[in-house]
Amino acid sequence: MIKTEHLQYTYRTDKTPIEFVLDDVNIEIKTGEFVAVLGHNGCGKSTLAKHFNGLLLPTGGNVYVSGMDTKDEELYWNVRRSVGMVFQNPDNQLVATVVEEDVAFAPENLGIPSEEIRERVDSALKAVGMYEYRKHAPHRLSGGQKQRIAIAGAIAMRPQCIVLDEPTAMLDPQGRKEVINTIKKLKDEGMTVVLITHYMEEATKADRVIVMDKGNVVLDDVPRNVFKEVKLLKKIGLDVPQVTELLYNLKKAGLPVNYDVLTVEECADELAKILL
Amino acid sequence: MLKDITLGQYFPIESPLHNMDPRTKILGLVFMLVAIFAANGVIGYLTVAAFTLLIVLLSKVPFKTYFKGLKPIWFIIIFTGVLNFFLTPGTKIYIGNFSTGATIEGVILAGKMALRLVLLIISSSALTYTTSPISLTDGIEKLLLPFSKMGLPAHELAMMMSIAIRFIPTLIEETEKISKAQQARGADFDSGNIIKRAKALVPMLVPLFISAFRRADELAVAMESRCYRGGNGRTRLNPIKFKKIDLTTAIIFTVFFAIVIALRFI
Ligand SMILES: Nc1ncnc2c1ncn2[C@@H]1O[C@H](COP(=O)(O)OP(=O)(O)OP(=O)(O)O)[C@@H](O)[C@H]1O
Ligand SMILES: [Mg+2]
Repeated sequence: MIKTEHLQYTYRTDKTPIEFVLDDVNIEIKTGEFVAVLGHNGCGKSTLAKHFNGLLLPTGGNVYVSGMDTKDEELYWNVRRSVGMVFQNPDNQLVATVVEEDVAFAPENLGIPSEEIRERVDSALKAVGMYEYRKHAPHRLSGGQKQRIAIAGAIAMRPQCIVLDEPTAMLDPQGRKEVINTIKKLKDEGMTVVLITHYMEEATKADRVIVMDKGNVVLDDVPRNVFKEVKLLKKIGLDVPQVTELLYNLKKAGLPVNYDVLTVEECADELAKILL
Repeated sequence: MLKDITLGQYFPIESPLHNMDPRTKILGLVFMLVAIFAANGVIGYLTVAAFTLLIVLLSKVPFKTYFKGLKPIWFIIIFTGVLNFFLTPGTKIYIGNFSTGATIEGVILAGKMALRLVLLIISSSALTYTTSPISLTDGIEKLLLPFSKMGLPAHELAMMMSIAIRFIPTLIEETEKISKAQQARGADFDSGNIIKRAKALVPMLVPLFISAFRRADELAVAMESRCYRGGNGRTRLNPIKFKKIDLTTAIIFTVFFAIVIALRFI
């Protein structure tokens, strides 16, 4: 679905030596996959995300979206409409004062006939569970609801893939849950999902986790294998899920436990093993 | 709260007025405003008032809402009213032998002014209550379209307007937040002379502008991500259409306008 080959990027081409924000990133995201991207502040996650729909074009290397080179000017809009984007601050990505008009923004830009826009808007709002709010004013909604409207706005474009850049960073726990459940539902319906996040618990739900540090990919594996690397993760300034952390510390203290667990249930089982 | 006074004004219900083409409503309002100021004589005023009442009824927006919309202007009405009472030359009004200083002409003039102001506010509210900002700006865009051949950027103007409307509540909320944060740090916005107060606003405006620019930047990226590329080839969820109801309304408005103008000259 999305593939980067030796992707390099710098915001400043005038400076020498060039400081690459992304340096030789090679990843491939398969259709239908749910990939989480982790990394410390400023390691280039957002920059990477903006390459996925051609908002930024590589300084070096290539990015392919469904086989289309993002550098190809003729495919520009095809790339853009294949990948929906959701950003951190819900207030800064809503353009209209009525929910359904906001969701309609992308299909309107694509020049889709009115009847089909209606259909897309309705189905996108139903997909995120906000259909009853279609006539509401977005600024009166909660953060989680606003973010679900933003997701609806992206999927109304009917993209094959949706990229979310820290969509839960500004939300309370309730809103975070709403958004994560929406994302999981989209994934189950076959959408390719890339989720950039600071919350390890969210990343454990992904099919695959990519860990970045200083513009490089340092880990790229299933969550279980990634979170086993507690030492490496801590070194680059990341946390591990609380359950992993607990068992890791017990192991360090000399207890015979495995710390490659991701859920509370697994953790309880491990603890039961040593207690019983 | 401050953010409630702003353009939460659109009243999302179904009514004949909601169904109309925004262009009809905008032009209707223009006619209405001219009529309000052209009206004279008791019959003229009654006609305009009755017509306004009809519009209010057709909008199906509760009277209460319209009254709330009038709140900010009561002060102006009373203030100008009192001035008119006493400063208009004419026959003085006596209570027994005691001169009140007010004149009959003053009272009539004050009444006229108040009525005009009230009708003005009510009829413009009828437009904003029944037209969502998007269709309002759509209507303006379409009305300006003939001028775009002369280089007027109709689509861009309309887009700017609708984004401005969208961000008013957000920025008001932000202003409140910054003001509280600065007050917590000891900023004092309400004492001292004008210059001192203006200076006190600086720590308020600087963060507000910085944040507005950041928001603008993020919004531009979000709009681009959703394939925004200007007005060309753009379609609409609710395309504005000139329907039968609009034709009927246009005819009624023309007749009404003709009557008001005619009343002025007989
Ligand atoms: N528009 C820009 N111009 C110049 N430098 C930038 C720009 N945007 C980001 N950078 C720099 O690029 C680097 C990577 O930024 P990026 O926003 O991709 O990081 P991130 O991983 O998304 O961080 P965060 O977790 O804070 O969102 C940072 O050092 C940042 O200062
Ligand atoms: Mg970021």
